[in-house]
Amino acid sequence: MARMKFLCDAERCIECNACVTACKNEHEVPWGINRRRLVTLNDGKPGERSISMACMHCNDPPCAAVCPVDCFLQTADGVVLHSKDLCIGCGYCFYACPFGAPQYPRTTDFGSRGKMDKCTFCAGGPEPDGSVEEYQKYGANRLAEGKLPLCAEMCSTRALMAGDGAVLADIYQERSLRRGYGSGAPGWSTAYGRNDRGSPFAPGGPGTGGA
Amino acid sequence: MRPTILPLHALLLIALLAVQGLAAPTFAQAQLYQAPGQNSPTTKEQVPLYVPQDDKVIGRVSIPDEKLGVLVQPEGREWREWRTNTLRLAIGGLAIGMTAVLAIFFLYRGTIRIHGGKSGRLVLRFNGLDRFAHWTTAVSFLVMALTGVILTFGRPLLIPLIGHQAFTPLAEYSKSIHNFVSVPFVVGLLMIIGLWLRDNIPEKADWLWIRTAGGLFSKAGGRHPEAGRFNAGQKLVFWSIVLGGMGMTASGYLMMVPFAFTGIGGMQIIHVVHGLLAAGLIAAVIGHIYIGTIGMEGAFDAMGCGEVDENWAMEHHRRWYEEQLRKGYVEGRQPAE
Repeated sequence: MARMKFLCDAERCIECNACVTACKNEHEVPWGINRRRLVTLNDGKPGERSISMACMHCNDPPCAAVCPVDCFLQTADGVVLHSKDLCIGCGYCFYACPFGAPQYPRTTDFGSRGKMDKCTFCAGGPEPDGSVEEYQKYGANRLAEGKLPLCAEMCSTRALMAGDGAVLADIYQERSLRRGYGSGAPGWSTAYGRNDRGSPFAPGGPGTGGA
Repeated sequence: MRPTILPLHALLLIALLAVQGLAAPTFAQAQLYQAPGQNSPTTKEQVPLYVPQDDKVIGRVSIPDEKLGVLVQPEGREWREWRTNTLRLAIGGLAIGMTAVLAIFFLYRGTIRIHGGKSGRLVLRFNGLDRFAHWTTAVSFLVMALTGVILTFGRPLLIPLIGHQAFTPLAEYSKSIHNFVSVPFVVGLLMIIGLWLRDNIPEKADWLWIRTAGGLFSKAGGRHPEAGRFNAGQKLVFWSIVLGGMGMTASGYLMMVPFAFTGIGGMQIIHVVHGLLAAGLIAAVIGHIYIGTIGMEGAFDAMGCGEVDENWAMEHHRRWYEEQLRKGYVEGRQPAE
């Protein structure tokens, strides 16, 4: 079984924001929510690099560990999903997430947050694949249709790649070898440096570390 | 370790530095060009994939949500440790530890009796406004403690019992109640400060009370250090509630408007402060409830009906009792003058 990952090659990203736009459009993401975003480092200085960042679907997801209602699940492909039926919008996953992936719609002027929303690796949610409820809550389920995440499919320079981690690593290393340099896969040591849990988990499963 | 002035050829070796295990990610380093050099990887295995990442990486985003400029924040790992272990240990440990200490103390001392027995004459201790302030604060504190504990311990303790579907509404209501009940808590807290602050200024006599531990361990009884309206122990509770409560209020309201005044690091610290204060206050309030109910005969009357027995007042708060006597607040006794 493939272990789905994202890899953004900072040497190739041209900050065109196509991935951001594709994601927003594909999933009808509401205003104020950014499942994917582009962060530019050393902006305007020598060594400027842009990196496209969303949920990295970590091996040992901090969001799942801190969730007070245990609403996260991980598919057999390693994709980290969550149940909006269980989420209470407490915001803890944002504090724990190393990449700032969880987003919250603002529901009142007093700052109260709605259900968390984040990148699903275009894999929908716990609802039946392709159902209307799934689309309304989590957006399109491209993975169930045999397609990869649209952000990566849209990337014109092939900086952002999505798919089986082993294949991505091979492409990236081959590419770096040919061009003569590589600067590492941003976020990989943080997201995948820890050991994989070995088994997918879901609310109530043994993998979520309690309950 | 990192050279300050980079000669041009060194710029080409950034990738090699990454292989050598520099902590900072190379994609964040200043570099003009990258081109293959003599130290370029010669095999695929030499191309680094996992670059150690120990520092926060902050860049620029073109979307309005500026806090998303933080690309990687490894501090989340410490926050996760706090949230999943330390916080539960602090709250649970202090609460259970306090209860255990009180249970042992109860076995040793039992209910502290009024030495001279009840006289039957009552002294006004807390009027209606005092009691309203106390119970407003007390009830809202207990509600917030309970809802906070549900959110903190619900996942390991309640979800296995009632299941995910039932726990989510419970957690959602707990969160709302926790937020809204903070308002009466603040009202009560301000009233308490206004009503009792002048009686809680530390004074010299408090030292004697603290040195003798308030006579808590002298079973013989009747060895109470003299005290005014509030003894040093009560003053300690007062200042814990007032200062701790203000800290909890400030940190709590900051968490209700997340990221309004600080970034992700600040929010994490605010959460830790809120949790630590909660752990301390819950333990302090357990002690306060003990001594106000089963720990001491006649103590509950002060906040229950507002009037205490004359002998209780004389034994525990002689200086205050004499004041009350002068003012004529003692039932059945004429003012001294």
